[in-house]
Amino acid sequence: MAGCGAAYEARYWGRGLKIVVVEKADIERSGAVAMGLSAINCYMGMRWNENTPEDFVRYTRNDLMGLVREDLVYDIARHVDSTVHLFEEWGLPIIKDPTTGRYKREGRWQILIHGESYKPIVAEAARKAASEVYNRIMVTHLLTDASNPNRIAGAAGFSVRDGTFYVFRAKAVIVAAGGATHIFRPRSVGEGAGRTWYAPWSTGSAYGLLIQVGAEMTQMENKLVVTRFKDGYGPVGAWFLALKAVATNAYGEDYELKYREEQRALYGDYVDAKPFPTCLRNDAMLREIKAGRSPIFIHTERVLDTKEKEELGHEDFLDMTMSQTIVWASQNIDPKKRPSELQPSEPYIMGSHATCSGAWASGPSDISPTEYFWGYNRMTTVEGLFGAGDTIGGSAHKFSSGSFTEGRLAAKAAVMYIMDHADTPTVAEGTVEAVREDVFRPFETYRRGKSLITRGTVSPSFIYPDQGVVRLEKIMDEYAGGWGSFYTTNEVLLNRGLELLGMLKEDMAHVAAENLHQLQRAWELYHRVWTAEAVIRHTLFRKETRWPGYCYRSDYPKLDNAQWHCFVNSRYDQKTGEWSVFTRPYVQLITG
Amino acid sequence: MPTFVDPNKCDGCGKCVDICPSDIMHLSNSVFSGRKAYNIEPNYCWECYSCVKECPQHAIDMRGYADFAPLNHKLTVLRDKERNVIMWKIRYRDGTKMQFAFPIRSTPWGSIKPPQEYSQPTNDEMKSQYLSHEPEYLMSGGGLPVPQGGTSKS
Repeated sequence: MAGCGAAYEARYWGRGLKIVVVEKADIERSGAVAMGLSAINCYMGMRWNENTPEDFVRYTRNDLMGLVREDLVYDIARHVDSTVHLFEEWGLPIIKDPTTGRYKREGRWQILIHGESYKPIVAEAARKAASEVYNRIMVTHLLTDASNPNRIAGAAGFSVRDGTFYVFRAKAVIVAAGGATHIFRPRSVGEGAGRTWYAPWSTGSAYGLLIQVGAEMTQMENKLVVTRFKDGYGPVGAWFLALKAVATNAYGEDYELKYREEQRALYGDYVDAKPFPTCLRNDAMLREIKAGRSPIFIHTERVLDTKEKEELGHEDFLDMTMSQTIVWASQNIDPKKRPSELQPSEPYIMGSHATCSGAWASGPSDISPTEYFWGYNRMTTVEGLFGAGDTIGGSAHKFSSGSFTEGRLAAKAAVMYIMDHADTPTVAEGTVEAVREDVFRPFETYRRGKSLITRGTVSPSFIYPDQGVVRLEKIMDEYAGGWGSFYTTNEVLLNRGLELLGMLKEDMAHVAAENLHQLQRAWELYHRVWTAEAVIRHTLFRKETRWPGYCYRSDYPKLDNAQWHCFVNSRYDQKTGEWSVFTRPYVQLITG
Repeated sequence: MPTFVDPNKCDGCGKCVDICPSDIMHLSNSVFSGRKAYNIEPNYCWECYSCVKECPQHAIDMRGYADFAPLNHKLTVLRDKERNVIMWKIRYRDGTKMQFAFPIRSTPWGSIKPPQEYSQPTNDEMKSQYLSHEPEYLMSGGGLPVPQGGTSKS
């Protein structure tokens, strides 16, 4: 989404510019919105005085237990309505309330759409705007300027179809790649490993690419655990908000507010926030599960009393998570007759949803305080390197429309950056050769090692990408707070996890690929490992439990505003190979 | 529920290969079935149905993930880009049948106006915080908001 928004907006402001879109798959159906969406979760409705951007900042700030970049959030909120109106003009069918003529609200911030073709529609806009769209090119590296390592000069990658090595030289780069799945062990492990809630092709490239060129990252400890329909991970928004379904434990008891006083003792007055913060909802559910009162049910059978509601309930899945329809069909679950199970997922790392991990970026000049502004909106700490969508941290609750909007913001700023910088960065020739060797090393590793065994997948000298992924997932699950530990970790576990991750990192030099598909999987693994290291280091540094229900520090079980009402940031130094982790102040802009 | 392909219908056109976001629909040169598509890595299949919708021969179907989906279910789809409708058919393991149709687009495919066909933005617009089509498309009756004080609406 963010990439398509960036392409459109870049052309609007930069009529004469060469604008190149590079995509690992095909922009027609790539990214998290590949199958469609049943709702747009970020829309103010300012035209009908439904909400103000100030309200949205207060909402996201509460949901993130007090920690968001208020400038970035405000900036999304004030622009997102124009994005949604543009979508409607382009042909995205937005459901209207027949009595008022307004968009039909799913919830305060959400509107319902017939969104099966959401991605193809915005991809059409991007194709018309861009000079060139390169599909099936996986970007593996960002490239920096030969004379200034903190300035972007382009990107490199390879064709997944024919193995051609590509170098893209650019004055400005906008990274709109995915956040990360398959960092933590998923709940389903056979074929079902494909059924992560967030797309399996979101492989942490947004973070892996940026960390390596020294971009400052933020909130990488803000892992996301989502409560969804069990196994199929079907969405719950329409069910809870529009259809007003309730969740209970196995015995029909409402549990959500049962633990308010225990939660208040640990996490303070956030328990009084309305709506109840997402992570605290998870926390209540986890307490219930640990007490042995699973399954947790969502009572669809109580709310489907009209044909319209039944259609809405089914469309909710068919527009965006057909797997859940298949769970119902295969297990004979008629939602009119019986409830479904809910389950908290494995953790994910992303920047566009209820959590906001990602790059530390400048905000807009008219809103951001000096601590948060350094020249160009959505520019990272690397000059000329911009981000949008899951790439950018601190900017929660963007979802699809907010991510597209952030792409537009980054693109306009990138055009201004290009206009302000007459000189062109260059990539050193030696760098290009080194990167090329890096990209195709897994082929070489396979070539050298394959004759040590007769056949099969067990080699003493190399690992296949899938073997690396399962090892990574086990490390993170056991040591960094996966579902196996009820999302709980401590300093001893985290340090042990870092030790094991260190050995996995060393083994990354021995990943083998037999073909281009496996080479893509190898580079997805590399980007995942970079992401995972940032996650562990940030989680270690934040000595508190800020987001119970997503991650618990058992050695620091309370929320500690006295010490930790601040951002945890990090920077990797490519020259020394050292990480530094530190805090940045939280600046409140909106009252309340 | 990863994908599977009917060898009687697949003609090896490769459209599923082109569209798959996960790069897992590939063509095989098997002696048994010839140049036909198959899912090379079901554990990276998100069941997004992109390939199912694209296949001109309707050769691709979905079987729920072995981890948790019992057999004998069906979810089939027809996406019609002329009428801009998507039609789903569900068959439960116990035989229950359901059918749904939803719109997918309210304008013809290819009809989006390219951004370069709008008049060139002015210098003031370039320097402002406005994005394209703002403030008109905000439809808020005013300019672009900047932070104000005030209490929450709720």
